[in-house]
Amino acid sequence: MLPALIDFDAALLLLVVFAMLGQRRVGTLINLFALEGMLLAAASVLEGLVQARPELEEAALLTLVLKGLVLPWLLHRMRRVLSVRWDDESPAHSVGIHLLGLAVVVAAFAEAAPLVAGGAGRDLAMALAVVGLALLMMITRRTALAQVVGFLTLENGLFLAAASATGGMPLLVELGIAFDVLVVTVIFAVFFLHLQRRFDSLDLARLETLREE
Amino acid sequence: MTSIALLVATFWLVLGVLALLQPHSMRLARTVHVPGAVAGLVLALASVDSTLHSLPAVIVHLPGPAGFELLFRAGPLACVFLALLGVAVFAISIFARGYFRPGEGTPPGVLSFAYHLFLASLTVVLLAHDALTFMASWELMTLGSYALVLSEHNREDIRRAALIYLVMAQVSALLLLIAFGILSHGGAILDFTAMRSDPPGALGTSLVFLCALGGFGAKAGLLPAHVWLPEAHPAAPSPVSALMSGVMLEVALYGLMRFVVILRPELVPWWGAAILALGTASGLYGALYATAQSDVKRLLAYSSIENIGLIATAFGLALLFASAQEMTLAAFAFTACLYLCLNHTAGKSLLFLATGSVLHATGERNLGQLGGLLPRMPWVGIPALVGAAALAGVPPLGGFVAEWMLLQSWLTTPRFFATPLDLLLPLAAAIFVLTAALAAYVMIKFYAVAFLGRPRESRLLSAHDAGPSERMGLVSLALAALALGLLPGAVAGFLSSAVARLFGPLPPGATAAPGVAVFMPSRVTYAPLPLVLGAGVLLALFILGRRLRATRRTATRAALWSCGEGPVGPRAQDTSAGFGEPIRRVFAFVFAVEEQFPRPADPYPHYRIRLRDRFEVLLYAPLPALVGRLSALAARLQRGRLAVYLAITFVTLALILIGLRWT
Amino acid sequence: MTAPLVRLALGIVETAVPVAAAPLWLGWIGQCRAWLLNRRGPGVLQPYRDLRKLFLKAPLVPEGAGVLFRINPALQWTLGVLALGLIPFCSAVPLLAQDSDVIVLTGILATARFVSVLAAGDLGTAFGGLGVRRTLLVGSLAEPALLLALMTAALAAGTTSLAGIARTFTVHPLVLDPSLAFAAAAFALVLVAENARLPVDNPATHLELTMIHEALVLEYAGADLALLEWAGAIKLLVFALLGLVLFAPWTLPGEATGPLAVLRAFLLSGGLIAASGALLAIVETASAKLRLFRVPAFLTTAFLVATLGLLVRLVSGI
Repeated sequence: MLPALIDFDAALLLLVVFAMLGQRRVGTLINLFALEGMLLAAASVLEGLVQARPELEEAALLTLVLKGLVLPWLLHRMRRVLSVRWDDESPAHSVGIHLLGLAVVVAAFAEAAPLVAGGAGRDLAMALAVVGLALLMMITRRTALAQVVGFLTLENGLFLAAASATGGMPLLVELGIAFDVLVVTVIFAVFFLHLQRRFDSLDLARLETLREE
Repeated sequence: MTSIALLVATFWLVLGVLALLQPHSMRLARTVHVPGAVAGLVLALASVDSTLHSLPAVIVHLPGPAGFELLFRAGPLACVFLALLGVAVFAISIFARGYFRPGEGTPPGVLSFAYHLFLASLTVVLLAHDALTFMASWELMTLGSYALVLSEHNREDIRRAALIYLVMAQVSALLLLIAFGILSHGGAILDFTAMRSDPPGALGTSLVFLCALGGFGAKAGLLPAHVWLPEAHPAAPSPVSALMSGVMLEVALYGLMRFVVILRPELVPWWGAAILALGTASGLYGALYATAQSDVKRLLAYSSIENIGLIATAFGLALLFASAQEMTLAAFAFTACLYLCLNHTAGKSLLFLATGSVLHATGERNLGQLGGLLPRMPWVGIPALVGAAALAGVPPLGGFVAEWMLLQSWLTTPRFFATPLDLLLPLAAAIFVLTAALAAYVMIKFYAVAFLGRPRESRLLSAHDAGPSERMGLVSLALAALALGLLPGAVAGFLSSAVARLFGPLPPGATAAPGVAVFMPSRVTYAPLPLVLGAGVLLALFILGRRLRATRRTATRAALWSCGEGPVGPRAQDTSAGFGEPIRRVFAFVFAVEEQFPRPADPYPHYRIRLRDRFEVLLYAPLPALVGRLSALAARLQRGRLAVYLAITFVTLALILIGLRWT
Repeated sequence: MTAPLVRLALGIVETAVPVAAAPLWLGWIGQCRAWLLNRRGPGVLQPYRDLRKLFLKAPLVPEGAGVLFRINPALQWTLGVLALGLIPFCSAVPLLAQDSDVIVLTGILATARFVSVLAAGDLGTAFGGLGVRRTLLVGSLAEPALLLALMTAALAAGTTSLAGIARTFTVHPLVLDPSLAFAAAAFALVLVAENARLPVDNPATHLELTMIHEALVLEYAGADLALLEWAGAIKLLVFALLGLVLFAPWTLPGEATGPLAVLRAFLLSGGLIAASGALLAIVETASAKLRLFRVPAFLTTAFLVATLGLLVRLVSGI
């Protein structure tokens, strides 16, 4: 019953990430990211119940606070400060991105199939797919903020994969990761401010002009 | 059964020769179509009878040229296709009797000869039981249809279309020759039975399969060799298009099935996967291109590519199931495959014939110039609606039954291979479902633009309905399509012995009731009749109610409202390009489109669009240039110096010797 | 002897009640929307008043209307009722029990669309043509998505029979299959698109250039229009009940056949339908209509999510 719930949770996470692929509004993107964090926390709670390890519940609380609340709040703040509303992509594009996303999921599932058959949790397949989709999102996005969301999603996927492979990570490791992520986000924020001042835009394509010829 | 079929084929040949006696007599050419049609009916009845009573299939030996023996056998699978051929020929010949008019091209007698030669060779292809007979009749089939495509040979575009068709058919025949060459161990064994018991090694078998897939695929119109279809169908007279699309393409797939039967012992999973992939790709591609066509016959040709793709998908799925030892599922998938064949024959032949009638009545093949024909030509419009619904796959017609059965077997798919193939199967299912939905789009476009609405040109107002024999042909095909839809159990029963021959028997009970399709592993049923009856009763109540109300108040006729747009002419209706435009936009990456927009100040603004086949642009257009470059290279060898020629000879000889050493 | 009769009676009630209640549900959704917009609302019975008004109007048929156009309203209504008759939502055995499979159900919906677009094309008006091709665009992408979502559920249950699916899901309660999450998401998107609700189409629009479904029924008046409106309400309810059977199977009575169980199922599903209506109203108030050019992306998302569901189903095959 509970393992089935974990799988379900992982599937919902995959669904959310798939929805993020085609989302053009940065605000919605951040909200979806917050949803991701909550699902991840739920996964931790369930894992703790399955393994009967109460410290996982504390880790879940940490995940919820950091990824479900703090980071989204930070991102929203950045969005307001930088006044980003849209990620400029043509609508025709999004169909192609979704198709690519489907291919990524197929590849991830095919990769994970032997592992699942070998006894690993099914959520491992979903986690791998999330990682692949997050990478795809980072590749296809042009605004820096959306890329950061992609990066954080990638981290979420890895987190889920690690949790699934090890049956829930120790609190210490989790703390370390959480701190890293926070620091990275702050660094990104500073970087964006500089980018904005310098180019008046968050379009990463502008970075290409920095090349030395 | 075999001898009856042979007699019918001979009879058709005789009729053809008879028509040739007076090549310019239109009356004679028309008259011979009547006994020809009756012979088709006899053929169909005989094969149905033989299948239902499972009469043993005997091999008929006939002496051939140069001491060869020609073998014929009407097995269960052949019987299915003979029945399909017979019914189609009955309807098409009757139709053609009224259709052919004195034209400027080939004299009617010659045309009639080519037509009957085509029929006879189609029959013999189905009957052939040795490689020689098969290849000879295969080539005759190509020749006969080539002559028919070329019937208006004084037009440049038609000559070009016929040439493309001929080239493609010859490439196909060449590949088949290679396949037969390997199978027959260099010509030692020609008999199919003997070939079966003495297969070549693993590599040879795979090579044979690839050649057969290429050869039959090219003739059937699978990607990437589909380009001849949209050229040849518009060029040929409509009854010929009906025959080529509704029968010949299926006969090509029959050849593929036949080969797989011969290669049976080495059934490997990737064959099924290859056919499945090719089928789904062709299906989606054909459906997408069909939505964007403006020429009626090109639209139908692309729709044929789509249907052949669906049939190949079903066949590939059956093979996959068989290679995983899921014989019951394979049997159901193959039943669906044959069902799709029957449905396509009835529906597509019907629509081509209807197009022919429209062409005669209006002289117009461009969808954008038609419209509003249903009230003017009800005898064409109503059967065409049945055909369109059958191909659109909506219940209660045949296309839906086949899709239902195929999806059922797909849904019971266990995990067999524990490989990525497992993941590709649902993707193929998704594409299949999408294709089926797009097929409905195509059919609605065809029907709504041509038959509904208001006439787009004033001369359509005087369009006349089809003549009596044309009507008979159309109606008989419509009845066949209806029967396919309403009697799924009976049709499955008819197909069961052919299915049993290839993939083992359907489980007992699957064909118990004529009106019910039963899918065995999960015992799900589909019975169209209660649904139709239920809908009919409710509708009858409605009409009765309206009649009763009408005595109190009669319905007032009012002018069209159309949001108060006022008296706007029929040209305000959607054009055919506009009708397909949404799909063209959504799937823009599939199409190669050249658009010309009018300049802003143009006093006579024109919007032009030219849609080319992606494969033609990418694959076939560069081909002549490549050949030219290669031949230029070869021409360099031709220096006229004897030493060079001698050197070439020597090198060739050395290569052959080395090759012999290696084998 | 009595058992078949009771079943038949139950089946008829099970079909007739939703048919009669379909406009009520539409009224409920409208009322919820009004409340969300801080309006008083016309009350849940408004659709019935509209229908009555339309039924009493003098019949009016536009010039040039053919058989297809005239038969369409009755056929739409009939097909809607047939579809409802296939869905077992409180008896586990529908009226047409032997044939209640999901593929047939989608087939019936496809037939309804086939007829409705042909009927709209019958008159040959500019707006009719517009509606035809827009409906086809939506339909030809939404129908595969719907079929795939249903196929995912069918794979999870091991049968395509709706009664069978319902039975499997009630016998093994709370089958939280991951693939069902995808199927449900795709199903929700299709529900919105197929029933011409916001954000795909605005059911209350009077702006010709943006309408999809309304353009199809533009030329109908009086009783014909009333039937079409009613059929539309039935179709929306068909989707809602279908979602109920597939994704909230615990409302069904399962193996229990007593009158209390049936009554419980009836009340539970009624409550859920009302709740989902309120949810639909919230979604509709919260979202703006998509530009037509964005609709394909919306639908391809539905299609791909459904495909994903099928993939997940295979990966997590039990």
